[in-house]
Amino acid sequence: MKAFAQLFLSLDETNKTNEKVKVLKNYFATVPDTDKMHMLALFTGRRPKRQINATLIRHWAIEASNIPAWLFEESYHVVGDLAETMSLLMPENESSSSKTLTEWIAEINALADKTEAEKKDWLLTSWAMLDSQERFVFNKLLTGSFRIGVSQNLVVKALADVTGIEAPALTHRIMGKWMPENYTFDQLVQEQTASDDISRPYPFFLAYPIQETSERQKSAADVEASLGDAEQWQAEWKWDGIRAQMIKRGGEIFIWSRGEDLATEKFPELHSFLQALPDGTVLDGEILSFRDGKPLPFNVLQTRIGRKNLSKKILTDSPVATIVYDCLEYEGEDIRSKTQAERRSLLEGLQGNSAYQEVFRLSTLIDFNSWEKLESIREQSRAMIAEGIMLKRKSATYQVGRRRGDWWKWKIDPLSVDAVMIYAQKGHGRRADLYTDYTFAVWDGDKLVPFAKAYSGLTDAEINKVDYFVKRNTLEKFGPVRTVKPELVFEIGFEGINRSTRHKSGIALRFPRILRWRHDKPKEEADTLESLKAFLED
Amino acid sequence: MAKPLLEFTDRGIYCEQGRFYIDPWKPVDDAVITHAHADHAYFGHKNYLAHHLSREVMLYRLGDINLQTIGYGETVVKNGVQISLHPAGHVIGSAQIRIEYKGQVWVVSGDYKTEDDGISTPFEPVKCHHFISECTFGMPVYTWKPQQQLFRDINNWWQTNKENGVATIIVGYSLGKAQRILQNLDLDIGKVYTHGVIENTNEALRRNGVVLNSTERITQASVKEDVRKGIILAPPSAVGTPWMRKFGPYSFGYCSGWMALRGAKRRRAADRGFIMSDHADWDGLVSAIDATGCECVYLTHGYTASFTRYLNEIGFNAREVHTLYGGEEEDATITEKEEKEETAELTDRKEMV
Repeated sequence: MKAFAQLFLSLDETNKTNEKVKVLKNYFATVPDTDKMHMLALFTGRRPKRQINATLIRHWAIEASNIPAWLFEESYHVVGDLAETMSLLMPENESSSSKTLTEWIAEINALADKTEAEKKDWLLTSWAMLDSQERFVFNKLLTGSFRIGVSQNLVVKALADVTGIEAPALTHRIMGKWMPENYTFDQLVQEQTASDDISRPYPFFLAYPIQETSERQKSAADVEASLGDAEQWQAEWKWDGIRAQMIKRGGEIFIWSRGEDLATEKFPELHSFLQALPDGTVLDGEILSFRDGKPLPFNVLQTRIGRKNLSKKILTDSPVATIVYDCLEYEGEDIRSKTQAERRSLLEGLQGNSAYQEVFRLSTLIDFNSWEKLESIREQSRAMIAEGIMLKRKSATYQVGRRRGDWWKWKIDPLSVDAVMIYAQKGHGRRADLYTDYTFAVWDGDKLVPFAKAYSGLTDAEINKVDYFVKRNTLEKFGPVRTVKPELVFEIGFEGINRSTRHKSGIALRFPRILRWRHDKPKEEADTLESLKAFLED
Repeated sequence: MAKPLLEFTDRGIYCEQGRFYIDPWKPVDDAVITHAHADHAYFGHKNYLAHHLSREVMLYRLGDINLQTIGYGETVVKNGVQISLHPAGHVIGSAQIRIEYKGQVWVVSGDYKTEDDGISTPFEPVKCHHFISECTFGMPVYTWKPQQQLFRDINNWWQTNKENGVATIIVGYSLGKAQRILQNLDLDIGKVYTHGVIENTNEALRRNGVVLNSTERITQASVKEDVRKGIILAPPSAVGTPWMRKFGPYSFGYCSGWMALRGAKRRRAADRGFIMSDHADWDGLVSAIDATGCECVYLTHGYTASFTRYLNEIGFNAREVHTLYGGEEEDATITEKEEKEETAELTDRKEMV
């Protein structure tokens, strides 16, 4: 655990990519193989199962820290991270421990059939033998999402340097449903084929936005200047659903979402078509709710995503289908290095032979012969229930991760309104102890009605200024939330709007975020609920 | 009931009986100053009273002011009110101010820390009836490690940078942290170079008779290769400036109590964050307040609301003071507290150019 805690600390202590890679390589070079696999698992979102519930951990941490519960809560608001708060508040350790990461995780997993008293005893003993940095990562193992200041790309880069295996191959090998208990480092570094784990997906290829900021719209001429001749590109609608990879291998089917969640059971409508595919087929596409051959807005799909059980009603109200746009494996062969055009024609063949074309749909290619033409077609995106247009170079291979060059998304402008900030709350992580999470309101007569929360979109300098304002203009405090003097006006952008019975304003926004701070607008000139609701009619 | 000896006004803490203010932020006739930082020693008062060791820095920062200085434990009487200064351990020359009139004793802490930093006269608790205390770090998540450990880390970091051929830049306030760091560096590793702002303060302190390790002011003539082997002491205002960039490649360390939290550390985006503060930590605050044996403690800048509640729960009679420095949480973020202390740095910078 000492090495793992040091890894964390060292990664925190530098902002330089090269330094981070060096730190990671050093870790791989010094720890046992099983620790390497546990580290990889944690850094790719495979946390050990939570064995003690968070409330109990918190409760016992308060006891160990010997401070009143309210002061623990206040401290948590200042620190913005539960694992860190607990590690800071506990008294210094009196003994130490040389257990490895693997041993600690085994102990955590062994808690499954222990009584509450045994768990408590184990936890207090463990805390007492870890220093504050070790305690911090230990608490992270027990509670938090394991978010760290390093991307999976960097971890893979370091691992590639250490093992001599190319990064794209490694990225592929660490996907899928493995756990460190059943996947060894030796297996990871050996030559592999798809048959080693028939469920394993390929790394997704992700598009880059063609316009970096919403304020600077790219014109057809700009697009031409950066992408060249329109002839070399294919265009499709950018569908607003769940990106998914669908696999049929060895008679089994698997549906993976982009977050590397195995979601096969969530989409029973897709099972028949997948079962009917030839073995050794992998498709990439979007899952959407469909009715009468038309896609429904994302919020319809959203209602069934979180559900454990899919009731009959949900299946009737929000039936799904998939729009497929790529084929990554054909007749058992990895075809990612074939061109976009070649993969497309193989995909068309598969779809043409399918008896389930109602659910197995093709992403249609948009017919265009110039960027001007495409720009005007793009105006219809909202009517198509699409977010804009996807551009793919006809000669593109299917690459790993987000890359510039061959896949671009050309999104439509977000919808926007000017709104007044009325509540503020402190952020987490990098934004701890700063007021960074805001609630916005629009006018309904002479009242301000809250309609959206937004966390992102301001620069650090702007956040500092808003924080300064909040601290001086607090009207009331409700726990961590402050009511602030309505004064600051911001332009709020969003992708879509829907009616909602759960919100006071009667509406719910999709992806609200701050576009800019309207220093030029007094609060009286902010938009009204009426003007916001007018978007519903579109 | 008689009027309290000290009251909180919109100019600062006021003693009506003695007709003087303590650390006032608007111009007054008579000001008693706890220490020379810009958020305590403002410009524009007619008469200043401070500690001997604050003399040269105050003259350097505030120009031609009418300044009387005294030593720790020495008493000055104004209209029957006895005023004396006692070590606060915050920076060189920093004082707690003890006021006595007709047997009533008040103490204003100014900024203070309880750990002996090896350069400021160590903090001494002063018995009193009423204690006005700062609580910048009045949350239990702030607990400082002994400074030996801290300086071991700093010296190791410097040594490693030197071996890797990277310059070492360490950032701390020009009055206080700069000298504290200077006196605790391992000079066997190399030479100490200073930013002009810090060197000006060092010179003022040396004129005041303070003995500091030798330093070399960075000028146009400084040779980059030599500087790279040494360590550069720079003020916060130098971070991200062309002045700093010209030393690249470098590793830059930031010294501040706020570095105790990962979030603040990440926001700072320093290569290394060293947890070093000239303010008392949580345990320091509680023990300092306890040692005064006071009947009532008034909490000013910092996490006043939570700290006041906590002190009351454990049996103190504590009050939150809103008037001073604009009130609650005023100094609770890096930006604000530093902005104030940096004002002085920026004035200094102008002189440099």
